[in-house]
Amino acid sequence: MDFEYSEEQQLLADSVQRFIQKDYDFEARKKIVASETGSSENAWRTFAEMGLLGLPIPQDHGGFGGGALDLMAVMEAFGEGLVVEPYLATVGLGAQFIARAGSKAQRKTILPAVAEGRMKLAFAHTESKARYNLAQVETTVTPNEGGWLLSGEKRVVLGAPLADKLVVSAATSKRGFSLFLVDRGAPGVEVKAYRTFDEMRAGDVALENVQVDKKALVGKKNAGLALVDEVVDFATALVCAEAVGVIKSANESTLEYLKTRKQFGVTIGTFQALQHRMVDMFITGEQARSMACLAASKADAAADADDRRRAISAAKIKIADACRHVSQESIQLHGGMGMTEEMKVSHAFRRLTMIAQQFGDADHHLERFAALA
Amino acid sequence: MDLSYSPEELAFRDEVRGWLKDNLPEDLRRKVAEYEELSRDDLLRWHRILAKKGWVAPSWPKEWGGNGWNVVQRYLFEEECGYAGTPPLIPFGLSMCAPVLLKFGSEEQKKRFLPRIYNGDDFWCQGYSEPGSGSDLASLKTKAVRQGDHYLVNGQKTWTTLAHYADWIFCLVRTDSESAKRQEGISFLLFDMKTPGITVRPLVLLDGGHEVNEVFFDDVKVPVENLVYEEGKGWTVAKYLLGHERMNTGRIGGSKRELAKLKEFAAAQSKNGRPLIEDARFRDRLSRVEVELMALEITNLRFLDQMRRSGNPPGADVSMLKIKGTEIQQSLSELMLQAVGPLAQPFRPVDAPVAARDDFDPFVASLAPRYGNMRKTTIYAGSNEIQRNIISKMTLGL
Repeated sequence: MDFEYSEEQQLLADSVQRFIQKDYDFEARKKIVASETGSSENAWRTFAEMGLLGLPIPQDHGGFGGGALDLMAVMEAFGEGLVVEPYLATVGLGAQFIARAGSKAQRKTILPAVAEGRMKLAFAHTESKARYNLAQVETTVTPNEGGWLLSGEKRVVLGAPLADKLVVSAATSKRGFSLFLVDRGAPGVEVKAYRTFDEMRAGDVALENVQVDKKALVGKKNAGLALVDEVVDFATALVCAEAVGVIKSANESTLEYLKTRKQFGVTIGTFQALQHRMVDMFITGEQARSMACLAASKADAAADADDRRRAISAAKIKIADACRHVSQESIQLHGGMGMTEEMKVSHAFRRLTMIAQQFGDADHHLERFAALA
Repeated sequence: MDLSYSPEELAFRDEVRGWLKDNLPEDLRRKVAEYEELSRDDLLRWHRILAKKGWVAPSWPKEWGGNGWNVVQRYLFEEECGYAGTPPLIPFGLSMCAPVLLKFGSEEQKKRFLPRIYNGDDFWCQGYSEPGSGSDLASLKTKAVRQGDHYLVNGQKTWTTLAHYADWIFCLVRTDSESAKRQEGISFLLFDMKTPGITVRPLVLLDGGHEVNEVFFDDVKVPVENLVYEEGKGWTVAKYLLGHERMNTGRIGGSKRELAKLKEFAAAQSKNGRPLIEDARFRDRLSRVEVELMALEITNLRFLDQMRRSGNPPGADVSMLKIKGTEIQQSLSELMLQAVGPLAQPFRPVDAPVAARDDFDPFVASLAPRYGNMRKTTIYAGSNEIQRNIISKMTLGL
């Protein structure tokens, strides 16, 4: 048993934290969020130089061959700094499909480009009526002499406006769907970009008779679900780690406020009614961290898929509840100040609100967990 | 024991319901239903419609426009307005400044301000909280120094709701910093917002909306005739207002409407090919809130019955209604957010206004900000922690 980060993991986390302090503090982040692309090229370059983009990419393709446990410290630091870059979309989702199931040619062209920061990816999967059901895909595939024509509507594709290529799911038969690599700029692809409530960039992606060739297939035909299930579990583990960082930031800010804000001649942290609530937030944070550890370790090394699914769902249940608890209480204990855009804690609230529902809310994962028990 | 309304009360409710159905402008109804921001004109338009009907200030004395409704009628009216989804009546003039003037104001002040409040000629806001004085209001520092025929005011108010719409502000200010009890040096002053030296700065909330402000006073001259009651008696005035809360603190009508909307919305969301409302887990969550709301409604009616029998104001019971009512409002907004699932994320289009984007559903995009915005309800108007302190002290004697 060893719950410490390795020396390498800790060094990496430290350097990410230093970068955030120097170039991505709350004021700098504000400017990035308000900028045209809502992201920072400088940050992305630095991520490439620090090896963050290649961290979970196989060593023979320019990466470091790391797993979810190696990314945990990075995601936690990103959470603490409320980093809005499309890291999860590119590294946590897009590149994972290619690394796990891509053809030789796909691996060779895409993975080094991602690791070097030359290419961003996004995962275009969720559709209007799918909710959190990963199996529900209605985007159509029509074979033709050049390969296939894809048509459909994908919703809330994280990082889509910034991506060079999209991993798109489409129903290749009644039995299942397949994944295709599509250029974001290909004829027939339209990305309607927006800001999300948690201040990232996403978009709805309309596909109208988009031509892809045989080389665009990622993994085996009709076998998309198992792959998506695995990669989304991996990304869920990353988001759990990110949540731990956001919770840490919200809890620290709240504790500081309790120690400094004075009413009735004393700091409000002297009121027992508030002390106990702060204690509960602290406990929630520790429980969340424990489950994030479980999620990352099982995402890397579960005995079988069901073992992994159970652990990830268990973690996401606790994390979703923790996100709601800490976000709501941190605003309440900050009083009116917590409601204002000027305070970082209100932005932590926004991110935690969305993490609670990202890749499935507590109810969804409760159902999945119960079915596997 | 009989939990039902009398035939007369039911007839009254039906009359109000029918009138609201015919007289609530469709554009205002839609804006409220879709959580859109209401403009100054929207708020005043609805105020004036009610003023014309004679329903804008039921609890005032008849000579000033009150209509003699008893507490049950007043409650029914406010609940019906909530259920119909009317714009809110902004309380600062009608149910805060006016009751103070009626109780403590001079005849001159009543004649000058009450008709304009009644008719919606002036928009009022409330200058209570300061950066260092929130829950601990009596520690306020904004200073008013008497100089001949006016007070010279310097200081700052914060969380001033709709100050950017306001023509007038009523403020608690410190006129005596020497008095032994800090409550004793406070006075209640009325300012014209156009007076030189007043600056209003928006405080943008976490949903990106602008409803509250900071208000700065820099050598603001307030005529002495705008002092209400006596100098140094402002705390008495403020305390009187606390006991003069409106009937709808629990916001039961509004929550009933939100609950109905939630059911409709959840029926339209799909989960594994079936309507979400049929999902047992979601249904249970929704039913829990519905039961909470039923309990609160009956509790509220019990308090009304007591008030009607005793003729006394509700006192600390209002705190219970505030706590439970706001918790229910928050739960409902949280369930709306949960109902929409992964589509909750979109917030603002990048390059175009919402109206220009046919793919962008402004209602769905408003659910997350609305959920965020509703966090204010357990903080404002005496945070729920302060409400618990009130019950603990006043009711339980702890």
